[in-house]
Amino acid sequence: MSLRFVQGFKFTKLDTPIHKLDPRSKFLLIIGFFATALMFTNIFVLLVVIACQIPVVLMARTVKRWLQSMRGGLLYAGFIFFANLIFGTPLIQSLAFGIRFLGVVSAFSIFFMTTSADDLGLALEKIHAPYAIAFTFTTAVRLVPTMATDAQTVVDAQRSRGLELDKGNLMKRVRNYVPILIPLIISAIRRSVELAEALEARGFGATEKRTSIATLTMHLADYVVILVTIIGLAIATYVYLKVPLPNPVVPIQLPHIL
Amino acid sequence: MAAISARNLSFKYAGAEKPSMEGVTLEVEKGSFVILTGPSGCGKTTLCRCLNGLIPNFYSGELTGELEVDGVKVEGKSTAELATHVGFVFQNPENQLFSLSVERDVGFGLENLGVPREEALERVQWAMRATGVYELREKAPHELSGGQQQRAAIAGIIAMRPNILVLDEPTSFLDPKSAEEIVSVIAKLGHDLGLTILLVEHRLDIVSRYADRVIVMDEGKIKLDGPPREVYNDQARLIGIGLPRVTMLAHLLRKDGINLSNPITVEEASSEISKLLNK
Amino acid sequence: MITVQNVSFNYPDGPQVLHEVNLAINDGEFVAVMGENGAGKTTLVKMFNGLLKPTKGTVKIDGVATQKKSVAQMSRDVGLIFQNPDNQLFAETVAQELGFSLKNFGFSDEIIQKRVSSYLHLLDLESYAATSPFVLSGGERKRVALAAILVWDPKHVIMDEPTIGQDYMQKERLRNFITQLVSQGKSVVIVTHDVEFVAECQPRIVLLSHGTIIGDGPATRILTDQTLVEKASLKMPQIADLMNRLATDHDASREIIEVYAARDYLTKRIRKATELAQPRRGIG
Repeated sequence: MSLRFVQGFKFTKLDTPIHKLDPRSKFLLIIGFFATALMFTNIFVLLVVIACQIPVVLMARTVKRWLQSMRGGLLYAGFIFFANLIFGTPLIQSLAFGIRFLGVVSAFSIFFMTTSADDLGLALEKIHAPYAIAFTFTTAVRLVPTMATDAQTVVDAQRSRGLELDKGNLMKRVRNYVPILIPLIISAIRRSVELAEALEARGFGATEKRTSIATLTMHLADYVVILVTIIGLAIATYVYLKVPLPNPVVPIQLPHIL
Repeated sequence: MAAISARNLSFKYAGAEKPSMEGVTLEVEKGSFVILTGPSGCGKTTLCRCLNGLIPNFYSGELTGELEVDGVKVEGKSTAELATHVGFVFQNPENQLFSLSVERDVGFGLENLGVPREEALERVQWAMRATGVYELREKAPHELSGGQQQRAAIAGIIAMRPNILVLDEPTSFLDPKSAEEIVSVIAKLGHDLGLTILLVEHRLDIVSRYADRVIVMDEGKIKLDGPPREVYNDQARLIGIGLPRVTMLAHLLRKDGINLSNPITVEEASSEISKLLNK
Repeated sequence: MITVQNVSFNYPDGPQVLHEVNLAINDGEFVAVMGENGAGKTTLVKMFNGLLKPTKGTVKIDGVATQKKSVAQMSRDVGLIFQNPDNQLFAETVAQELGFSLKNFGFSDEIIQKRVSSYLHLLDLESYAATSPFVLSGGERKRVALAAILVWDPKHVIMDEPTIGQDYMQKERLRNFITQLVSQGKSVVIVTHDVEFVAECQPRIVLLSHGTIIGDGPATRILTDQTLVEKASLKMPQIADLMNRLATDHDASREIIEVYAARDYLTKRIRKATELAQPRRGIG
C-alpha cells in the first residue's frame, strides 16, 4: 500500500507541455496552488484548488499515478479529518482541512512527476543555490532506485537464511530488522566511498568557479504559466480579503454526540 | 620521456600491519598498453591509486618513494589537479556515473574543472563519438547495459584529456561479449589518441592480444615484467595468475616434447598447431 | 529434484522475464545456468527457494510446489548464495554470522555450536571465529557468506555469479569445493557467464536467452556450438575455439573444451603426424 503512494512522486520522462516547462516556472505554479490552499479554510475554495490542478494533470498525462498519490494521501487526509472532528471542529470544516492536505499533496505530486532530479538540480544551480546543495539533491534522487534495489536484495538474502519478517510479537519484529538495516547501512557507506573516489577522479572541487554546460531557458509557455500564476494568486488574495464566502454548517459536532 | 616513472614506491595503509606495496620501481613508455595483474591483495589497486593521487589524498598512510606521471611530480598534488593527467576508470560502472543523462555525465568532469562552456560542449561531443555512446546521449545511466555504462564512464574521463588512462578491472561485471568490446574500445582509444594505458585485469585471455607489456605483482612487489609471451611462464603460473588457456596448453605440450612458442591468442595457437598437424 | 513446469514470469507492471520455461534438475546434478545479462538467470533461480513465485506455471522442489511453503521453509532445502556477501553480513562475529540461520531454523544451541565449528573448519575460517566479518578481505567475506548458507546443510545449493571478482586461485578453490558438494549428493546450480570456469568443471549447461531456454545439455556440446554461444552473448572457451578451428582443416575433435583433454588429444595427433612424416626405415 504505502509503496504505491510513492509512485505518485516518481519522475517519468514524457513529452508533454508540463514536462517541458522550465522547473522554475513550474515550481512557481505549484507554490501558487500551495499558497492558495494555505490561505483558505473554505471547503468550496479548496475543492476549486484541486479542480484547477486537474487540467494540469491531464496535460501531463500522469492521471493514473496522480490518483495513486491521492489514494495514498487519503489515509492521512482521513486522519486529519478525524483528529479535527474529535477536537470539536465542525464537520464541514474538518472535511475542508482534510481536503486542503490533499490539495497540497496533489500539487507537489504533479511537480515531482514532471520534473527530473537533474532539472531540479539545474534549477537550484541557476538560482545560485550553493552547488553542494544542488549536487547532493540530484545524487540523492539518483540513488533512490539503486538503494531500493539494494534493500530488496538484502531482504531476499536474509529471508533465504530463514528470517521471517512477518512473524512474532512487536519486539521480535523490530529485532528482525537488524539483519536488514546493518547490511543496508554498510553497503550505503561502501557505495558512498566508491562514489567519492569517482568524484575525485572527475575533478570534483577542483575550482570554485564551476561552469555549467546545460542551460535552462524560459519559453513562451513558461511566461504564460508565470502570468497565470500571478493572476491566480491576485484573484485569490482579493477573494480572501473582500469576498464573503458561503460557509455551510452541518450541525454535527462529535463531542456533542459523544 | 616516460609516461609513468616510479622509484622505490611503497605504501602502507593507515592502521595496517604490513605495507600493501613495497619497493615498486618502473618506467612506462608513453603510448604503451600495459597490463597489471596478480592475485587478490597483491597491491595492484594500491599502485593505481598512487598514480592519480587517491593515495595519499583519499587513503591515508605512509607513502615513500618517488613518482612522476605525465612529466609531473605527484607529490603534493591533489587528485583534482592530477585528473587532467591521469584518468581513472573504476570497476563498478554504477558508482561512477553521476547525472541522469549520458551527455550531462560526460560533461561533469569538465564542469568541475571550470572549462568554458563552448569548449566543454565540443569535448563532450567528441568524447561521446570516440567511445560510441553518442546515440545513447539522452539515456539515463540505469537504462544502459553494463558495457554501455563503462563506455559512458570512459567518455567522461577522456573528455578531460588525460594522457594516461588507468582502468581497474573494468570488465568485472560485464558478460564475455561486452568485456571483449570494451577492451577493444580501450585499445583503439589508446592507439588513436596516443594514450598510455594501464589496465588491471584478471581475464588475461581477453586482454593479452593488445598488451605491449605485462606486469605481475605479488605480495606488494613486482615479480614479473615484460612482453606477455615472456611473462606467461612457469613462474607466473606458480604465482597463481590465470594464463590464457591456449598458453597453458602450450606449456603442457612442451612437457610432452612438443615445442610451440608461447601463443597468447587462439589464432596463434591454431596456426602453430595446424603446421604441426600438416607434417 | 527441482522441477520447473511451463513457468512464465513478469514483475508487476514490468516486462516478461521468463517465457514458458521447462526444466528438471535431478538430485546430485551439477548445472550451470548461463546467458547474457538480463536473460532471466537470476530470476529463474530465485524461484527455487520461493523468493519469486511464477506468474504462470509451477516450480516444485522435491514434489512440493513453491507456492505452498514460505521462503524460510523452502530455504531449509534450497540454499541460495547471493552474489555480493555484503548484502547479508551483519553479525558481530563470524561465528554468530554462521549461527544466524541455524537459530532461525530452530536448531538447538548444542547443534548450533557443533555445526558452526565444523563449517568454520571446513572453510578455513577457524582463526576468524571471533572476528567481525566486516574487517575481513573480499575473498574472506565471500567464504563467510558461503559458510553461512552451507552450515544448515541444504540439499540443493544455488550460487549466483560465484566467480565475479575472484582471481584464478580463488576460482580453483571454488571449483574443488563444488566438486566436494556434488560428491556429497547435493544438487549444485550456479548462475554464471564465466565460460572458462565452466569449461573446467563441465557441468550440464542450461542456456537462457531473452527468457527462454535455447540450449540444455553437457558442456562439451553446448559450449562448442558457436551459434548458440553467440546467441547468448557468450564466447566459446579458448580451447573449444581452438579445436573448432583445427577441426575444419584437420578433422579434429569438436568436443574438447578443457586444457588437459586438449593436451592429451593433440599430443597423440601431433605425434602421429610427426611419425607419418618421418621417412620409413629400410626402404631399399
